[in-house]
Amino acid sequence: MAASGGRTVGSFLWKCGNCCFNFNTVSSNLTRQVLSRQLCVSAVLHRKNLAAAGPEKFSEEFIKKQVEEFNIGKRHLANMMGEDPETFTQGDINRSIAYLFPSGLFDKKAKPLMKHPDEVFPKQRAVQWGADGRPFHFLFYTGKQSYYSLMHDTFTKALAVEKHQDRLRGKDLFTQDAKQISLVGSRWLLKEELEELLVETISEHDYARFIQLMERLLSLPYCSVEEDFVQRYRRQLEIQSSKQQVQPLQYDQHGVAYSTGDGKQRKTATGTVLLRDSGSGSISINGTNYVHYFPVLQDREQLMFPLHFMGVLGRFDMQCSVSGGGHSSQAGALRLAISRAMLSFLSEGQVETMRQAGLLTPDPRIKERKKPGQEGARRKFTWKKR
Amino acid sequence: MAAGVLTKGLCGFRQPRIVAAGYSCSGPLYATATAVKTLPLQTDSTAVTDKIQNLPLETPDFFHLSELFSLKDLFDARVHLGHKKGCRHRLMEPYLFGSRLGQDIIDLDQTMAHLQSALNFTAHIAYRGGIILFVSRRRQFGHVVESTAGDCGEYAHTRYWQGGLLTNAPIQYGSGVRLPDLIVFLSTLNNVFQQHVGVRDAAKMNIPTVGVVDSNCNPSLVTYPVPGNDDTPAAMELYCRLFKMTINRAKDKRRQMELLQGLSPPGLTQGSS
Repeated sequence: MAASGGRTVGSFLWKCGNCCFNFNTVSSNLTRQVLSRQLCVSAVLHRKNLAAAGPEKFSEEFIKKQVEEFNIGKRHLANMMGEDPETFTQGDINRSIAYLFPSGLFDKKAKPLMKHPDEVFPKQRAVQWGADGRPFHFLFYTGKQSYYSLMHDTFTKALAVEKHQDRLRGKDLFTQDAKQISLVGSRWLLKEELEELLVETISEHDYARFIQLMERLLSLPYCSVEEDFVQRYRRQLEIQSSKQQVQPLQYDQHGVAYSTGDGKQRKTATGTVLLRDSGSGSISINGTNYVHYFPVLQDREQLMFPLHFMGVLGRFDMQCSVSGGGHSSQAGALRLAISRAMLSFLSEGQVETMRQAGLLTPDPRIKERKKPGQEGARRKFTWKKR
Repeated sequence: MAAGVLTKGLCGFRQPRIVAAGYSCSGPLYATATAVKTLPLQTDSTAVTDKIQNLPLETPDFFHLSELFSLKDLFDARVHLGHKKGCRHRLMEPYLFGSRLGQDIIDLDQTMAHLQSALNFTAHIAYRGGIILFVSRRRQFGHVVESTAGDCGEYAHTRYWQGGLLTNAPIQYGSGVRLPDLIVFLSTLNNVFQQHVGVRDAAKMNIPTVGVVDSNCNPSLVTYPVPGNDDTPAAMELYCRLFKMTINRAKDKRRQMELLQGLSPPGLTQGSS
C-alpha cells in the first residue's frame, strides 16, 4: 500500500472495471467523480535521506543564471551608488555593500557578500558522457580520470625523452652535461593546488606518487626537452629580501654619505643610529663613548657584529641614541638599527646575506605576563601533597 | 496487421459497449488500435539499423580476423611459455600441451581457436558500438594497454580497482552511467596470489569478459578465455596490436555499412564487402 502512494483511487476501479465489461457503464460514471482524489500519504515517505545525498550539485544552467543575475545586480548597485556601471570593480562592490549593509559582526564569513558565482560556488564537473552513454575520457572508468591521465601523460613524456636519448646514443652525440632545467627558486605544486587544477580530490599517496614520477622525469639527462611541461607544475618562490625597504643614501654639506637607522624596539628599548661614511670607526651613544656606556663586552660585541659580518669595521662613524630597557636590550636595539642603516650602503646580494644571518629580523620576545593561579608566567605555586 | 483484425472483430462483437468505453482513459482495446497506427512510421529507421546489426551474424568470420595472426606469430611472441610446474592451476591443465624442464607449455592450436573466437566476439561488440574496457594490473604493461585503448577509442583501467566500480556504479560515477559491454583482461591476476576483482564483478553484473589466462590463472569465470603468456613484453604487445586492429576494423566496417545504407534507399540487399 505504501508503495502505491501516488496512484489515484480511480485507477484501481478502472482496472477492476476492465475485467468485467458488464459494470463498464456503471463504474465509469463513478471513476469520473473519484479520479481527482489522491490517497493520503504519510510524511515519512517524502523525507529525504540528506546524509546520503552528498555535496550539493549545481547544474550548468543554474550557474549561468546566477552569473546573469550577478551582472545585472552589479549594474543596479553602481546606479544606486551613483557611479559608472561600466567601470565598477569588485573593490567598488565590496565598498558599496559595506556602506549599504553595515554589519557589526566580527566573523568575515557572516558579513553580507556579493561576489562572482565562480568564487562562491565550488567548481564542479559536467556530465562525463554523451547522448549515447559513451564517456568522453578514455580513463573514465578508473574514477580519477584527470589524475590518471596526468600520470599517463607524464610517463609518455619520460618514455619520449628516453627514446630521444637512445637515438642520440646511436649517433654518438650523447653527452652527460646536457642543459638542465633550473629548479632554483621554485617549488612543486601543493596538493591543494593540484586538486584545484584537476578539479578532482586526490589522496596524499597519489600526490606523493605524482611528485615521485616528476622527479624521475627530471633525473633523466635530457629532460630539458620537456621543460614546458615540468614548469607547468612548479610555482616560483617569493624572494623574501625584495620585501625589505632600503632607503636611499643621503649626503650632507661636505659630500659625505650618511644614513639613519630608524628607532628599533627590543623589549621596550628603542634606539636610533646615524651612520657616517669614510670615518674612523668611532661610536658615541647618548653623547658618551661606547666603551664607557657599555662596560660589558657582550654588549659591545652586539654593536660590532653587523659591521664585522660585512667586513666594514673601520669604515663608519656612528652617533647613537637609545632609551628604555636594560643594557642588553639597548644593545640589541642598537644592533638592529645599525643593520638597517647599513642597508643603504650595500648591494642586493649583501642585503640577502644579512637577512639570512638574521640581522634584519626584529626580536619579538617580550616579558610574558603573569597568570592568575600561578606565581609567575610559568612558575606554579608550591605543590603540597597534603 | 493481425492485431488490427482482432480489434475490429472484438469491436463488432461489443457494439453497445463502445459508447461507454469511449472515455479519455483508453482501455486495452483502444490501446492496440493506436499501436497499429505508429508501427509503420518506425519500420524505416529501425529496420535499416536491424539489418546493419544482423548482417555480420550471417557469416562465421565476417571481419576476416583469421588473417591477422598465425601460429608462427604466436610462437615468435612466446605466447606458448607458461609458468613453472609448481604454479600450475588445476583448471588450466586441459589447455597445456605439456611441460619441458619444469616449465609448462601452452597448446597453441587451442590458443588459436580461442583467440579467434575472442577476437570475433570483440569485433562484433565494437561493430555494434559497445563500450570495451581493457583491464590489466601489471605495472610493466599499464602504459601500453592505456595507449592501445586510447588509440582505438575505447577505455582502459590499469590502476587500483576501487571496490564498487561495477557493482556500485551509480554512486561512484553518477546516476545514468552506462557500464562497459565487454571487459578485456590482458592479465587476470592482481598479483601472483589474487585474481583480479573485475573478473568476479563482471560475472555478477552479466558483463561478458575476454581474458588472457596464463598457466597460473583460473579460467572458470572468464567468458572467452585465451590461454597464453601474460608476462613477456612481446606477447603483451602482440595482444594489444591484435585487439587494436580488430576494433578498428569493426568500427570502420560499421561506418562503411552506415554510409552505404544511408546513400541507398532501405530494402536494397548489400553484399558483404
